[in-house]
Amino acid sequence: MTNKFKLDSKVVKTQLEAKTKEEVLAQMADLLEDCGYVKKSYKDGIIKREEIFPTGLPTGNIGVAIPHTDVKHVNKPMIAAATLKEPVKFRVMGGSEEEIIDVKIVFLLAMNDSTAQLELLKNIINVIQDNELLDKIALIKNEDVLLSLLEKRININ
Amino acid sequence: MKFRILSVCGTGIATSTVAAENCKKLLKERGLDVEVIECRVTEFASKVQVFMPHAIVNTTPVSSKIAPDIKRFLAIPFLTGIGGDKLADEIADYLKSLNK
Repeated sequence: MTNKFKLDSKVVKTQLEAKTKEEVLAQMADLLEDCGYVKKSYKDGIIKREEIFPTGLPTGNIGVAIPHTDVKHVNKPMIAAATLKEPVKFRVMGGSEEEIIDVKIVFLLAMNDSTAQLELLKNIINVIQDNELLDKIALIKNEDVLLSLLEKRININ
Repeated sequence: MKFRILSVCGTGIATSTVAAENCKKLLKERGLDVEVIECRVTEFASKVQVFMPHAIVNTTPVSSKIAPDIKRFLAIPFLTGIGGDKLADEIADYLKSLNK
Protein backbone atom coordinates (compact mmCIF):
# COMPACT_ATOMS: atom_id res chain seq x y z
CA MET A 1 0.00 0.00 0.00
CA THR A 2 1.45 3.37 -0.93
CA ASN A 3 0.89 6.05 1.55
CA LYS A 4 2.27 9.33 0.32
CA PHE A 5 2.47 12.28 2.61
CA LYS A 6 3.67 15.81 2.05
CA LEU A 7 3.80 18.61 4.58
CA ASP A 8 1.96 21.82 3.71
CA SER A 9 3.84 25.12 4.00
CA LYS A 10 0.60 26.80 5.05
CA VAL A 11 0.56 24.89 8.34
CA VAL A 12 4.25 25.24 9.27
CA LYS A 13 4.93 28.25 11.50
CA THR A 14 7.96 29.58 13.32
CA GLN A 15 8.10 31.84 16.36
CA LEU A 16 4.41 31.42 17.12
CA GLU A 17 3.34 33.75 19.90
CA ALA A 18 1.10 32.35 22.61
CA LYS A 19 0.85 32.48 26.37
CA THR A 20 -0.95 29.21 27.07
CA LYS A 21 -1.17 25.79 25.50
CA GLU A 22 -4.82 26.49 24.67
CA GLU A 23 -3.71 29.52 22.62
CA VAL A 24 -1.12 27.41 20.80
CA LEU A 25 -3.64 24.67 20.06
CA ALA A 26 -6.34 27.12 18.93
CA GLN A 27 -3.99 28.94 16.53
CA MET A 28 -2.65 25.74 15.03
CA ALA A 29 -6.10 24.16 14.78
CA ASP A 30 -7.32 27.28 12.93
CA LEU A 31 -4.52 26.83 10.38
CA LEU A 32 -5.58 23.23 9.77
CA GLU A 33 -9.24 24.20 9.56
CA ASP A 34 -8.60 27.09 7.15
CA CYS A 35 -6.85 24.67 4.81
CA GLY A 36 -9.67 22.14 5.03
CA TYR A 37 -7.72 19.38 6.76
CA VAL A 38 -9.98 19.26 9.80
CA LYS A 39 -13.58 19.92 10.74
CA LYS A 40 -14.76 22.82 12.86
CA SER A 41 -15.07 20.45 15.83
CA TYR A 42 -11.31 19.65 15.76
CA LYS A 43 -10.22 22.71 17.75
CA ASP A 44 -12.51 21.96 20.66
CA GLY A 45 -11.64 18.27 20.47
CA ILE A 46 -7.92 18.87 20.60
CA ILE A 47 -8.11 21.31 23.53
CA LYS A 48 -10.34 18.97 25.55
CA ARG A 49 -8.22 15.92 24.82
CA GLU A 50 -5.03 17.66 25.87
CA GLU A 51 -6.67 18.25 29.27
CA ILE A 52 -7.52 14.57 29.71
CA PHE A 53 -4.57 12.98 27.88
CA PRO A 54 -1.65 15.41 27.90
CA THR A 55 1.00 15.05 25.19
CA GLY A 56 4.06 16.94 26.44
CA LEU A 57 7.24 14.89 25.97
CA PRO A 58 10.36 15.51 28.05
CA THR A 59 12.90 15.30 25.24
CA GLY A 60 16.15 16.67 26.59
CA ASN A 61 16.75 20.42 26.21
CA ILE A 62 13.74 21.22 24.09
CA GLY A 63 10.28 20.10 25.16
CA VAL A 64 8.00 18.82 22.41
CA ALA A 65 4.23 18.27 22.41
CA ILE A 66 2.32 16.05 19.97
CA PRO A 67 -1.36 16.91 20.51
CA HIS A 68 -3.87 14.74 18.68
CA THR A 69 -7.52 13.83 18.95
CA ASP A 70 -10.25 11.54 17.66
CA VAL A 71 -10.20 10.66 13.97
CA LYS A 72 -13.80 11.84 13.55
CA HIS A 73 -12.68 15.50 13.54
CA VAL A 74 -10.28 15.00 10.63
CA ASN A 75 -10.96 15.32 6.88
CA LYS A 76 -7.50 14.66 5.47
CA PRO A 77 -4.30 13.68 7.28
CA MET A 78 -1.87 16.50 8.00
CA ILE A 79 0.68 17.56 10.56
CA ALA A 80 0.90 21.19 11.59
CA ALA A 81 4.32 22.12 12.96
CA ALA A 82 5.20 25.19 15.00
CA THR A 83 8.09 26.54 16.97
CA LEU A 84 7.11 28.87 19.79
CA LYS A 85 8.66 32.28 20.40
CA GLU A 86 8.48 31.71 24.14
CA PRO A 87 8.09 28.28 25.75
CA VAL A 88 4.57 27.32 26.81
CA LYS A 89 3.72 24.93 29.63
CA PHE A 90 2.26 21.53 28.76
CA ARG A 91 1.53 18.61 31.05
CA VAL A 92 3.65 15.49 30.54
CA MET A 93 2.11 12.54 28.73
CA GLY A 94 1.07 9.88 31.21
CA GLY A 95 2.25 12.06 34.09
CA SER A 96 0.51 13.49 37.14
CA GLU A 97 -1.08 16.96 37.17
CA GLU A 98 2.07 18.43 38.69
CA GLU A 99 4.35 17.18 35.93
CA ILE A 100 4.72 20.14 33.61
CA ILE A 101 7.34 20.92 30.98
CA ASP A 102 8.28 23.93 28.87
CA VAL A 103 7.46 23.18 25.26
CA LYS A 104 9.19 24.92 22.34
CA ILE A 105 8.11 22.70 19.44
CA VAL A 106 4.59 21.46 18.68
CA PHE A 107 3.53 18.85 16.14
CA LEU A 108 -0.24 18.95 15.92
CA LEU A 109 -1.36 15.65 14.44
CA ALA A 110 -4.50 15.34 12.35
CA MET A 111 -4.81 11.63 11.67
CA ASN A 112 -7.72 9.72 10.24
CA ASP A 113 -6.61 6.12 10.06
CA SER A 114 -4.35 4.71 12.71
CA THR A 115 -2.70 1.77 10.97
CA ALA A 116 -2.12 3.45 7.63
CA GLN A 117 -0.24 6.29 9.26
CA LEU A 118 2.16 4.31 11.35
CA GLU A 119 5.07 5.19 9.08
CA LEU A 120 4.27 8.87 9.42
CA LEU A 121 4.17 8.61 13.19
CA LYS A 122 7.46 6.80 13.25
CA ASN A 123 8.99 9.64 11.23
CA ILE A 124 7.72 12.15 13.79
CA ILE A 125 9.03 10.07 16.68
CA ASN A 126 12.41 9.83 14.93
CA VAL A 127 12.55 13.62 14.81
CA ILE A 128 11.58 13.82 18.48
CA GLN A 129 14.33 11.36 19.43
CA ASP A 130 16.99 13.44 17.64
CA ASN A 131 18.07 15.98 20.25
CA GLU A 132 20.52 17.80 17.99
CA LEU A 133 17.83 18.27 15.39
CA LEU A 134 15.38 19.59 18.01
CA ASP A 135 17.96 22.14 19.20
CA LYS A 136 18.33 23.28 15.61
CA ILE A 137 14.59 23.40 14.90
CA ALA A 138 13.88 25.50 17.99
CA LEU A 139 16.20 28.26 16.72
CA ILE A 140 14.88 28.45 13.15
CA LYS A 141 13.16 31.72 12.32
CA ASN A 142 12.53 31.28 8.60
CA GLU A 143 9.48 29.16 7.83
CA ASP A 144 10.84 27.88 4.50
CA VAL A 145 13.97 26.65 6.24
CA LEU A 146 11.90 24.81 8.83
CA LEU A 147 9.65 23.32 6.16
CA SER A 148 12.53 22.01 4.05
CA LEU A 149 14.25 20.52 7.10
CA LEU A 150 11.05 18.77 8.24
CA GLU A 151 10.21 17.61 4.72
CA LYS A 152 13.41 15.59 4.60
CA ARG A 153 12.48 13.76 7.77
CA ILE A 154 8.70 13.51 7.62
CA ASN A 155 7.47 13.38 4.01
CA ILE A 156 6.69 9.97 2.56
CA ASN A 157 7.29 9.79 -1.18
CA MET B 1 7.65 -18.81 26.91
CA LYS B 2 5.87 -16.12 24.94
CA PHE B 3 4.98 -13.05 26.97
CA ARG B 4 1.94 -10.88 26.28
CA ILE B 5 2.14 -7.11 26.66
CA LEU B 6 -0.76 -4.70 26.35
CA SER B 7 0.11 -1.18 25.13
CA VAL B 8 -2.48 1.40 26.17
CA CYS B 9 -2.99 5.00 25.02
CA GLY B 10 -5.62 7.70 25.10
CA THR B 11 -7.03 7.51 21.59
CA GLY B 12 -5.28 4.49 20.16
CA ILE B 13 -4.16 6.60 17.21
CA ALA B 14 -0.67 7.51 17.86
CA THR B 15 1.33 6.79 20.88
CA SER B 16 0.52 3.20 21.73
CA THR B 17 1.36 2.04 18.22
CA VAL B 18 4.85 3.47 18.28
CA ALA B 19 5.38 2.50 21.92
CA ALA B 20 4.31 -1.07 21.11
CA GLU B 21 6.75 -1.37 18.20
CA ASN B 22 9.70 0.00 20.12
CA CYS B 23 8.85 -2.14 23.14
CA LYS B 24 8.73 -5.26 21.03
CA LYS B 25 12.01 -4.46 19.29
CA LEU B 26 13.91 -3.72 22.51
CA LEU B 27 12.59 -6.83 24.29
CA LYS B 28 13.51 -9.01 21.32
CA GLU B 29 17.04 -7.62 21.52
CA ARG B 30 17.01 -8.87 25.11
CA GLY B 31 16.13 -12.35 23.97
CA LEU B 32 12.46 -12.29 24.94
CA ASP B 33 9.65 -13.64 22.84
CA VAL B 34 6.81 -11.14 23.14
CA GLU B 35 3.46 -10.42 21.61
CA VAL B 36 2.41 -6.78 21.95
CA ILE B 37 -1.08 -5.56 21.18
CA GLU B 38 -2.46 -2.04 21.45
CA CYS B 39 -5.69 -0.63 22.75
CA ARG B 40 -7.37 2.58 23.76
CA VAL B 41 -7.75 3.32 27.42
CA THR B 42 -11.55 3.03 27.00
CA GLU B 43 -11.14 -0.56 25.76
CA PHE B 44 -8.71 -1.45 28.51
CA ALA B 45 -11.11 -3.24 30.86
CA SER B 46 -12.34 -5.60 28.15
CA LYS B 47 -8.98 -6.13 26.41
CA VAL B 48 -7.23 -7.03 29.61
CA GLN B 49 -9.70 -9.87 30.25
CA VAL B 50 -9.39 -11.32 26.77
CA PHE B 51 -5.66 -10.85 26.20
CA MET B 52 -4.51 -11.57 29.78
CA PRO B 53 -1.24 -9.64 29.48
CA HIS B 54 1.82 -10.34 31.64
CA ALA B 55 2.57 -6.63 31.71
CA ILE B 56 1.06 -3.33 30.62
CA VAL B 57 2.91 -0.46 28.99
CA ASN B 58 0.93 2.76 28.99
CA THR B 59 1.31 6.28 27.64
CA THR B 60 -1.66 7.51 29.62
CA PRO B 61 -2.65 6.76 33.24
CA VAL B 62 -4.60 3.50 33.54
CA SER B 63 -7.05 2.91 36.38
CA SER B 64 -5.47 0.91 39.17
CA LYS B 65 -8.88 -0.59 39.96
CA ILE B 66 -8.81 -2.72 36.82
CA ALA B 67 -6.42 -5.67 36.90
CA PRO B 68 -4.41 -4.23 39.80
CA ASP B 69 -2.16 -7.31 39.93
CA ILE B 70 -0.73 -6.75 36.43
CA LYS B 71 2.39 -4.61 36.52
CA ARG B 72 2.35 -1.31 34.62
CA PHE B 73 5.27 0.45 32.97
CA LEU B 74 5.00 4.05 31.78
CA ALA B 75 6.07 3.93 28.15
CA ILE B 76 7.13 7.55 27.53
CA PRO B 77 10.84 6.54 27.19
CA PHE B 78 9.84 4.41 24.18
CA LEU B 79 8.65 7.63 22.52
CA THR B 80 11.33 10.10 23.54
CA GLY B 81 14.17 7.58 23.30
CA ILE B 82 15.51 8.89 26.61
CA GLY B 83 15.74 5.96 29.04
CA GLY B 84 14.28 3.50 26.53
CA ASP B 85 16.99 0.90 27.11
CA LYS B 86 16.69 1.19 30.89
CA LEU B 87 12.94 0.71 30.72
CA ALA B 88 13.35 -2.30 28.42
CA ASP B 89 15.82 -3.78 30.93
CA GLU B 90 13.28 -3.32 33.73
CA ILE B 91 10.47 -4.93 31.75
CA ALA B 92 12.76 -7.79 30.66
CA ASP B 93 13.85 -8.45 34.25
CA TYR B 94 10.27 -8.39 35.42
CA LEU B 95 9.08 -10.81 32.72
CA LYS B 96 11.98 -13.16 33.42
CA SER B 97 11.07 -13.14 37.10
CA LEU B 98 7.58 -14.38 36.19
CA ASN B 99 9.08 -17.37 34.45
CA LYS B 100 10.81 -18.76 37.53
